[in-house]
Amino acid sequence: MSQEADGQKVDTRKRKFLIAATSAVGGVAVAGVAVPLVMSMLPSARAKAAGAPVDVDISKIEPGMLLTSEWRGKPVWVVNRTKEMLDLLGKHDDKLVDPNSEQPQQPPYCKNATRSIKPEYLVAVGICTHLGCSPTYRKEVGAADLGADWPGGFFCPCHGSRFDLAARVFKNVPAPTNLVIPPHQYLSDTKLLIGVDTKGA
Amino acid sequence: MSALQKMMGWIDDRFPLTATYKAHLSEYYAPKNFNFWYFFGSLALLVLVMQIVTGIFLTMNYKPDSELAFGSVEYIMRDVDWGWLIRYMHSTGASMFFVVVYLHMFRGLMYGSYRKPRELIWIFGVLIYLALMAEAFLGYLLPWGQMSYWGAQVIVNLFAAVPFIGDDLSLWIRGDYVISDATLNRFFAFHVIALPLVLIALVAVHLVALHEVGSNNPDGIEIKKKKDANGIPLDGIPFHPYYTVKDIVGVIVFLMVFSAIVFFGPTMGGYFLEANNFIPADPLKTPPHIAPLWYFTPFYAILRAVPPMFGSQFPGVVAMGLSIVLLFFLPWLDRGKVKSIRYRGPIYKIALALFIVAFVGLGYLGLLPPSPVATILAQTFSVIYFLFFLLMPWYTSIDKTKPEPERVTG
Amino acid sequence: MKRLKNFLLLLMAVPVIALASEEGPALDKAPINLSDHESLQRGARIFVNYCLNCHSASAMRYSRMEDLGLTEEQIKENLLFAAEKPGETMTVAMNKKEAKGWFGSAPPDLSVIARARGSDWLYTYLRSFYRDDSRPTGWNNVVFDKVAMPHVLWSLQGEMVPVRKKEGEHEVIERLELAKPGSVTLAEYDAMVGDLVNYLTWMGEPDQLKRKELGLIVLAFLAIFFVVAYYLKKEFWKDVH
Repeated sequence: MSQEADGQKVDTRKRKFLIAATSAVGGVAVAGVAVPLVMSMLPSARAKAAGAPVDVDISKIEPGMLLTSEWRGKPVWVVNRTKEMLDLLGKHDDKLVDPNSEQPQQPPYCKNATRSIKPEYLVAVGICTHLGCSPTYRKEVGAADLGADWPGGFFCPCHGSRFDLAARVFKNVPAPTNLVIPPHQYLSDTKLLIGVDTKGA
Repeated sequence: MSALQKMMGWIDDRFPLTATYKAHLSEYYAPKNFNFWYFFGSLALLVLVMQIVTGIFLTMNYKPDSELAFGSVEYIMRDVDWGWLIRYMHSTGASMFFVVVYLHMFRGLMYGSYRKPRELIWIFGVLIYLALMAEAFLGYLLPWGQMSYWGAQVIVNLFAAVPFIGDDLSLWIRGDYVISDATLNRFFAFHVIALPLVLIALVAVHLVALHEVGSNNPDGIEIKKKKDANGIPLDGIPFHPYYTVKDIVGVIVFLMVFSAIVFFGPTMGGYFLEANNFIPADPLKTPPHIAPLWYFTPFYAILRAVPPMFGSQFPGVVAMGLSIVLLFFLPWLDRGKVKSIRYRGPIYKIALALFIVAFVGLGYLGLLPPSPVATILAQTFSVIYFLFFLLMPWYTSIDKTKPEPERVTG
Repeated sequence: MKRLKNFLLLLMAVPVIALASEEGPALDKAPINLSDHESLQRGARIFVNYCLNCHSASAMRYSRMEDLGLTEEQIKENLLFAAEKPGETMTVAMNKKEAKGWFGSAPPDLSVIARARGSDWLYTYLRSFYRDDSRPTGWNNVVFDKVAMPHVLWSLQGEMVPVRKKEGEHEVIERLELAKPGSVTLAEYDAMVGDLVNYLTWMGEPDQLKRKELGLIVLAFLAIFFVVAYYLKKEFWKDVH
């Protein structure tokens, strides 16, 4: 035990520098090990393949009907809205939380009165913005259990949230925002691609 | 008083942080003459941490199901970002764990680290070694390749050699008539939960016992016998910073070897990952030659060296078990007047050299398919292995030792 | 230290002796070059055309072939016969049980076949089929006796027949001779099999080139780390006498 003995002086500055240098390089090493571990928790190639864009053939959807397809494990609705349905959309703006779709719940090209690219086709992620249940499609206007002023839309059985046929949320329900419109584009008149934004939008 | 000091004071009133830091690092006095062989303890600890961390991340994607296990490993290797690196670190870590542990044990044999007052450190160490073997064996089933399957089949069948209860015992271990989904699932549970907990607990007591009595050193003398006026060993230096900075260098050199294997030869020519284990387990087709992974082969060779007696494999199993059990008695078998090989006489040096040759030789023979020559060699090496322990009380007491120095040398 | 050296030397000798004890017919060296994207692409095409009818590669996604310099469109047009989307894995429609009935054993999945068998074995195996009327398929193989698989590439290679010679008691196959030429020459056939095996080797571990590249960076980094840590150790150990 003879530290700092023999008249040798400890070069504190040099030691501090070397400690700092070793710590810095060691920090890089730890980060270098941590990054692959953290990255391994991102979606795998399988998850990405399963989450790849989906083609939907919309030619078979009759007017007024809803088709559910799956994208990234979530239900995605495509509703073929009739003229009557579209006409009703503008008549209850005062009862809606976000009638003009100010919240970024849709791609910019769907920030319009019908929340869609083509007015007749609504494409929406069928997951309630409250706690993630999937609402049911209730198109009958003035349904007995939903009140005489029900304009047709979606009703979430879990906590009673209500959405209209443009998937906009009504006031005084638990869900805070409109349903999400996923990125989508039309490959042709009858073919829809869900998961990829419309080009040039 | 700075804010940091205040905070430390606050903690110390409630938890012995500073006291623990002092007792185990800054005022834990280790002999100043540690050499190359003293790196492997800290390296074993590093590998343990690495195995646990990579293991956690593998568990996130591995499926302990006989239908899915093989595919999930390939899924990790390809579909999971960086999965290949995590898997190779884990598979390489398994073998490197045994490399450092064997070298660590060899250090103990050379310098008499198991001798009084360190008997318990040694016993805890042998228990760690046993737990590690169990952990490695269980983990090797998980990839569900041919070698996983048939290796487990052979080892579990060893238990069937136990008289009277053997068949029921092996049936109970497997949970089925063959190695199956049930076996895989329980091996997974033991591999990822039970044995890691046991290992961590054993490592903790191994270190507590070590810090209680203090480290041995290449001279095999007690530094606590010569203290200065403050009660500090004259030949001791604080573990931190001196051995922390030294061990960092050791760690980096180890990591270079480790990385070289992980990145350039993760299969190590079939010694760390066997080619046959890239074929999914097939209960109907045994590979032509089954050998355990290299770290088990010394004991496997002892098993095969003992011929069946009375129509039973049991004597071989007993010999294999005994070869490990003997390690526990080492502290009391050694009657030498000195601890370190530096001051031992020629007899112990020759005995240890023969033991190492026998152990490595057995390890090599265990990899080979059985042949008459190999069996005779394995029998010779097995006899040497056992005689090293059984004759130790005699040859260590008649050995001509040199006088130990008063203070540590170089 | 001297004992340590001997010990390490002994350890190093072990694999050499172990290799020397291996048996079996001599294998030809496969022309593996994983940076040769053109060869890998040719191999991929042979693989999907000839192998993927019976053998799956269930761990391999078509889209992974983008690593070989192919675009998604190219994969879709040239390689995607058995699946709908490039993100899917290379599965086959053939039922494993039925296949077992036809061939005696189900065709193995080929995802990691190169890691299980080795590239050289595959290269030799695929060039070692010969006519053998005693076999149900009409084919046998020098490195895999009584193999269940017929010679799928025979229309390319042609028909080989064995030339036997006496070796002690037994007759052994000395070499194979071309009896009926196929659509390509034997040299062209060897090159095709080389491409195929190159592809199989790549498919066994698609990340292997990246792994080695990263290894160099890691080792270089550790070398720098070593220098810094070494000087730190040296500086502190000045205290210890």
